[in-house]
Amino acid sequence: MRSDPAGYELVAPGSLQAVMSLLSVEPGAWLPIAGGTDVMVQFAAGTLSARKLVSVWNLPELRRIEVSDDEIRIGAGCTYTDLRQHESLEREFPLLTNAARWTGGIANQNRGTLGGNIVNASPAADSLPALLVHEAELILISVRGERRVKYVDFHTGYKKTQLAADELIRTVCLSKRFLGYLFYSRKVGARSAQAISKVCIAGLGRAVRGVVEDVRIALGSVAPVPLRLLQTEHMVKGQKIGPALVRRAKETAIEEIRPINDIRSTAGYRAAVSGNLVAEFLEKLAASETKA
Amino acid sequence: MNTSRAQCEVSLTVNGRPAAVHAYPMERLLDVLRHQLGLTGAKEGCGEGECGSCSVLMDGALVNSCLVPILQAHGTNIVTIEGLAQGARLHKLQQAFLDCGGAQCGICTPGMILAAYHLLEKSSTPNVEEVREGLAGNLCRCTGYTQICEAVLEVAGSRSGK
Repeated sequence: MRSDPAGYELVAPGSLQAVMSLLSVEPGAWLPIAGGTDVMVQFAAGTLSARKLVSVWNLPELRRIEVSDDEIRIGAGCTYTDLRQHESLEREFPLLTNAARWTGGIANQNRGTLGGNIVNASPAADSLPALLVHEAELILISVRGERRVKYVDFHTGYKKTQLAADELIRTVCLSKRFLGYLFYSRKVGARSAQAISKVCIAGLGRAVRGVVEDVRIALGSVAPVPLRLLQTEHMVKGQKIGPALVRRAKETAIEEIRPINDIRSTAGYRAAVSGNLVAEFLEKLAASETKA
Repeated sequence: MNTSRAQCEVSLTVNGRPAAVHAYPMERLLDVLRHQLGLTGAKEGCGEGECGSCSVLMDGALVNSCLVPILQAHGTNIVTIEGLAQGARLHKLQQAFLDCGGAQCGICTPGMILAAYHLLEKSSTPNVEEVREGLAGNLCRCTGYTQICEAVLEVAGSRSGK
């Protein structure tokens, strides 16, 4: 049942500093809301437990994208449309901009933010595997100062994160050290538009003479958190890509994930698709190198 | 029980005219448009950002008004379907929807047309794939989408001089 707006407080202090002050005065009392594509859905369903909300929508400090020689720093308040429209992101980080294109329809891309998606921590979010394979780092900010954490450590369990009660994600940092690698991503959902993923994958890698020199693979919707496939990566690294390796990689990937049955798919289907996606990535990795 | 929170004053521009409303900050832009401003073009379909029937433009960006708390609309420029026609003269997209049979029951139509308007603002001559992507967040249970795409392509074609 829909919530009664009279029972909720929402303030918009208008600056990052003012939001952080509010969070520090009453840690845990205020829920940040950006574009509302998750929070307002909970509000509509009557499941929003927070009663006090603070708007971080459109704060200029959170909506910049800065490009340097070795990394791109994306403000956590950037929308999916901001990501899609950014030329060097599109060129150098297509895994992220593809995921942005696959996330909801245009109206939700105009409001949904990268930081919001990370904090919402859905294991099915399309952009999160891309952040994992790029070994993204997050800059977390509070009145106490800033800290830079590895994104891979950020999710500590289903919908649980490292974020302290007075902290916000300020920036998502993506290193450029994987430029020139093969990038692979795919979303498997019930339809091509507006579907939440049954499984989604992001991979990047480099092969020389058919041998995997370096590789990163991550999957969404197959575990309580977006999952880096470290065992599969370890198993294929340094190996020659061929039918035997592809088969073993599929098996390792299926052992490594923890899919469940839910409204969108079954554990068995997710496992089969995950294996096939990992296989397709490795085959493309081998093929990319032959062409080069 | 919930304690009642304070209402707030929100000023915004709606279809070119200034509007001031008194509302709870978490009231949905959709409800304020419909109930306070009498603009019933935006429809409530799913109420959770999936169907697009409540689409409006906020500072030029297509948004689902069911997911916008009114406080976040303070100071913005909102365009609803009521803002497209000029008096009795329909907007080209509205006329094309009529001509192509792009509207049946009409629930999705305001959102569809605003999504198409938004698309044509960003890209004046979209191809069919781009039209489909631009309208992917707007669901229609009547038309099967073909006539809707035709209507948008017709307007895009007339713009490109084809």
